[in-house]
Amino acid sequence: MKFKRKSKIESKIATSSMPDIIFMLLIFFMVTTVLREYSGLQISLPKAERIEKLKSKRHTAHIWVSKDGLISVEDKLFKSDAIRHVMYEKRASDPQLTVSLKADLAVRMEVISSIHNELRKADALRLNYSTKVKAPTQ
Amino acid sequence: MALRERKTRVGAIPESGMADIAFLLLIFFLVTTTIDTDKGIGIILPAEGQEIEINKKNILNLLISSSGNVLLGGEAIAINQIDDRVKEEIRKNDKLIISVKAHEKAQYDVYIAVLDQLKKAKATRISIAETE
Repeated sequence: MKFKRKSKIESKIATSSMPDIIFMLLIFFMVTTVLREYSGLQISLPKAERIEKLKSKRHTAHIWVSKDGLISVEDKLFKSDAIRHVMYEKRASDPQLTVSLKADLAVRMEVISSIHNELRKADALRLNYSTKVKAPTQ
Repeated sequence: MALRERKTRVGAIPESGMADIAFLLLIFFLVTTTIDTDKGIGIILPAEGQEIEINKKNILNLLISSSGNVLLGGEAIAINQIDDRVKEEIRKNDKLIISVKAHEKAQYDVYIAVLDQLKKAKATRISIAETE
């Protein structure tokens, strides 16, 4: 009888706290995932092979440029000579800022160039041209 | 005997299934969240008022026309050949700076294709000139 009792106790694994652990995991993942903040404009991105990932979403500001030359930051439309103020503020609050430029593939270079100038004036120099992945040809 | 057994069953909530439910939820969220990391071609713009004089020998001009044609050092070149040509030029002169100049009506995807080629050629010194 004594032996039987001992074996009964040892064969049990405490599973009552299992849901708590898993709920914790769940909540952790829910909190850490950053959802898309802004819907941006309708664009089709160009494709490139040699691309790099942006390190952190928290240090990224997006600029959308649509086919017709509309420029949007945080879902607000801006004229091309007004971006510097927004970007300057962003840059001031986050020195690690990288600007991700999501421009349509049919945009004219004059728009891109004016954004370059604005970003230079705002001292937001780290720029990333957002592209899709193209399968390497080599 | 039958009555007694029924009495002992009352009062316990089955919590063994709880972990499974929570796991299921966890897996559901893991699968449905699409982590769309931003990818693209990174460059660093020159700071305002930071123009430096560069020896003309060390500059390779790359022009993009409004119709999408590319001139490399004065010669027309197909976009997919820029890679090899630039690699060669850099081997000859490792201080080479590639100056990309686009016409203001040039299309953005040509520009990206050109930058992609330059990245492929491992050109680190890229200068983006203003449009003309």
